[in-house]
Amino acid sequence: MDWLNAIVQGILLGGLYALFAAGLSLIFGVMRLVNVAHGDFIVLAAFLALVVTQSTGLHPFMTFIFVIPLMAGLGYALQRGLLNQTLGHAILPPLLVTFGLSVILQNGLLEIFSADNQKMDAGPIETMSLTVAEGLNIGVMPLAVFVIAIGVITSLQWMFYGTALGRAFRATSDNQQIAQLMGLNNRHIFGLAMALALVVVAIAGIFLGMRTSFDPSVGPGRLIFGFEAVIIGGLGNLWGTLIGGILLGVSQNIGAQINPGWQLLAGHLTFLVVLAVRPRGLFPKVDG
Amino acid sequence: MTEATTYRVIQSTPSSQMAALAALALLVILVAAPWWAGRGDMRLLSEIFLYLSLAVLWNLLAGYAGLVSVGQQAFVGFGGYGLFALAMFLGLHPLLAVPLVGVAAALIAIPIAFLIFRLSGAYFAIGTWVIAEVFRLSFAQVSSLGGGSGTSLPIAIVKSMAGSRALRDSISYWAALAMIVLVLAVVYLWLRSRHGISLTAIRDNELAARSLGIDVWWTKFWVYLVAAALTASVGALLFLQKLRISPDAAFNVNDWTAYVIFIVVIGGIGTMEGPLIGTLVFFLLRGFFADLGTVYLMVLGAVAIVVILKAPRGIWGYIHDRYGLTLFPVSRRVVKFDSSHKNENPS
Repeated sequence: MDWLNAIVQGILLGGLYALFAAGLSLIFGVMRLVNVAHGDFIVLAAFLALVVTQSTGLHPFMTFIFVIPLMAGLGYALQRGLLNQTLGHAILPPLLVTFGLSVILQNGLLEIFSADNQKMDAGPIETMSLTVAEGLNIGVMPLAVFVIAIGVITSLQWMFYGTALGRAFRATSDNQQIAQLMGLNNRHIFGLAMALALVVVAIAGIFLGMRTSFDPSVGPGRLIFGFEAVIIGGLGNLWGTLIGGILLGVSQNIGAQINPGWQLLAGHLTFLVVLAVRPRGLFPKVDG
Repeated sequence: MTEATTYRVIQSTPSSQMAALAALALLVILVAAPWWAGRGDMRLLSEIFLYLSLAVLWNLLAGYAGLVSVGQQAFVGFGGYGLFALAMFLGLHPLLAVPLVGVAAALIAIPIAFLIFRLSGAYFAIGTWVIAEVFRLSFAQVSSLGGGSGTSLPIAIVKSMAGSRALRDSISYWAALAMIVLVLAVVYLWLRSRHGISLTAIRDNELAARSLGIDVWWTKFWVYLVAAALTASVGALLFLQKLRISPDAAFNVNDWTAYVIFIVVIGGIGTMEGPLIGTLVFFLLRGFFADLGTVYLMVLGAVAIVVILKAPRGIWGYIHDRYGLTLFPVSRRVVKFDSSHKNENPS
């Protein structure tokens, strides 16, 4: 039963990882940009949510009223003001600029909030659980995160394939020049894509802050989990990303079940095995 | 060389010949440092040499081979732990362990390269980071090396290097100096050679290089291997100076990769001179602003972003464009070779 428990909890944990990964996958899909500061933006969102709960007394769930618009605005401004200038054929500028942003964000958060561990108090829901079978309990909170991850991915999928904005995203992704000839403003489209990615980041950050403790240094770790989920699932495939996140979460929990020190190691090893056996991921959709 | 031709390909320039002489003079002065510098100065100089080595190697990877790694701390830490393990378990002399961990790192880099070369561009970068994390988590599991909290080099091993503390300081200083000379020589000769031309071609246009018959994959593979070996040796020397190692210090992304990236970017990526200028700027800034701690890192990050956007070739790129200076002549130029120069022997 311990093992079944580990697997079930791992699946639910995978939902959180899919949330980490969805934003990363989205901006790579639209503009071939890999945001190295992605994890630090998740942590930034968690800190924003913390500040909102502390200053307004809102329940952490409700902080999205403030955190989502703030992060979306930040994403749009960042893309138009800074990141658009890095896009082109060279791989170094976007990588190094977002790496610089990551260092600035981490140290900025450290300066303001110190290195102390923080956690948002979500109240009684934190300890509530459903008993599925004898010895197998599912926490309401992890289940909620998982359901929301599926909701986010469904909405993104619908947005991409069912709306005018999604058509614009796909058009710029396929061919920037022709998209422009058709009257699209690529710079604006990229701004919107980054805004949308940071909306997902905001959701991920709020749940990160409720599910686990966090401090300014945990960003790169979240980036790596998200990245591994994307690669395991296959580039450009959002449902694949969810499966990637689940595989990662399950491997980590199985690793932890064998030896607590092996939790993270087991996740990384699963990623490396997938890379060795299926370098384009399990369900690839676009070329890198 | 045929006598009939009136054009020749040369590599050296007047400024580079001056620089070579100045470098020789500087080397003599630096070798003699134990007789004119204090203990603190020698430690600072060693640190500068080792950081410069890391910067030159990262520049070889990212600036020439297009392998943007943010995981070189994997090899720094591997080198550090390797030295501790060889000295503590096999009783090897620490200086003998330095080249050995280099060889070991090259061997372990082979399977790693086969794996992460499947990722391209930015995904390659994050892949190298995953490798570094795997190294950190694995070494944290080795309880005979202190597990997660790390270990110190036993005093008997430290004393076995030399009887007196002054001599030990001199030896580890000379080792760091020898390291930077080795790294500069390897990278410089490589870039001047035929392989250097392929590397520069790959840097400028990978597709065009491939169509000219350059084997891009293997060229990059060798760069990755050599960089891994030398980075591990640098790491061994870094932790031989610290005498204490822990997973978090050994595989620290800020100390061994972020700083190094900033050094190279600010100095001028894709040039031999860039890491030199960048290291000098980095240590000068650190001297003034180190007390600011986190703010210092934020400033470094901001400066690097501005440099990448506004002056992508860094400080050295600006100097080179403006004054045409070259210290390390790795590029080739065609010059007219008329009769008045016939007896000269440009090399």
